[in-house]
Amino acid sequence: MKRYIIFLFIAVLGWTLAQTFRAIPFGADRRGNLDQPDRVAAFYLKESPETLQTANSITAIVVNFRGFDTLGEVTVLFLAATGLASILYRKEEDDETEERITLISSSLVRTGAKILFPLILLLGIYVFIHGHLTPGGGFQGGAIIATGFLLMLITYKRFDTNHNLMVWLESLAGLAFVATGLYGLFTYGSFLQNTHSVGTLNDLISGGLIPLIYIFIGIKVGTELTNILDILLKIKPGKQS
Amino acid sequence: MNEFNELFIKYKDLITLAVYGTAIMLIIIGLYAVLLKKHLVKIVIGLSIIDAGVHLLFVAVGYIQTGTAPIFSPGYENAADKMVDPVPQALVLTAIVIGFAVTALALSLVIRLYKHHHTANIEQIKSLKW
Repeated sequence: MKRYIIFLFIAVLGWTLAQTFRAIPFGADRRGNLDQPDRVAAFYLKESPETLQTANSITAIVVNFRGFDTLGEVTVLFLAATGLASILYRKEEDDETEERITLISSSLVRTGAKILFPLILLLGIYVFIHGHLTPGGGFQGGAIIATGFLLMLITYKRFDTNHNLMVWLESLAGLAFVATGLYGLFTYGSFLQNTHSVGTLNDLISGGLIPLIYIFIGIKVGTELTNILDILLKIKPGKQS
Repeated sequence: MNEFNELFIKYKDLITLAVYGTAIMLIIIGLYAVLLKKHLVKIVIGLSIIDAGVHLLFVAVGYIQTGTAPIFSPGYENAADKMVDPVPQALVLTAIVIGFAVTALALSLVIRLYKHHHTANIEQIKSLKW
């Protein structure tokens, strides 16, 4: 009986969604007037290259126009990481073995991981430094860095990520983000105000605060995701508490 | 580009159906998994599938016929009229990160429940009955 009610519910929901999106034509221009912006999309497309000198307008929205929102987003990620650590926290017991992976990876995988690891870190740093010029940004770069650490964690049994250093880096990056915002608040009167010149379009140092903030976000997200992976990999299989 | 434009106009209904249909189907499949599956990990996977569907729907609404990415690279400084709506993409960027956080937290709760009840089947976890 419950099953049929659920199927009915899903069918009604699907029909409602389909009816709604039939009224929204796909591919139609809904940005408004680009020369004299009357809608938010046109405003962002006009302002991001003109006043902010930022090539990637998505980045301009995420960090500059809606920077306070991004601070909230970073906080949500931080809370999730903290919640995960506190839910899975348990005291180390002496009789447990240190090994987190029981199977030994082949020498091909180990050598390949060693070669790839610095390259992946470099790619991650490139992606978050060029966030305002090319597709990418702090969150994506951080995720790429965490992928590199995941490769090392699953390849080497005793690869240690130095938990304390990670936590310190993460906290400092988060504090630096807030401090940058507060500096703008106290010197210019609004949170995350651009405190220096925006430079010229498509320069590496342009877009005002965006490169700085994205470096902080990249470090923060990278260390945070690495910590999450580290905690999840430390769970011992078999033994139940 | 012109050729693509003609093709787009010719098969507009089909493309609309394919894009919106895929997104709505993903949402429905995810909802089905969340509501009817018994295994906790499958429920979390269902949540992720709903996430993917919603993201696809957002980006599809922001698409503009033959539009490019809203990035003013060298040579495209004055091409704002060809660019897609950047607002849904920025929102999806936020939503992906939040979705990741939700999935990680949900999985940690699943691990805790599994360790406590020795099963991940919600039928056998009596305190979760609805």
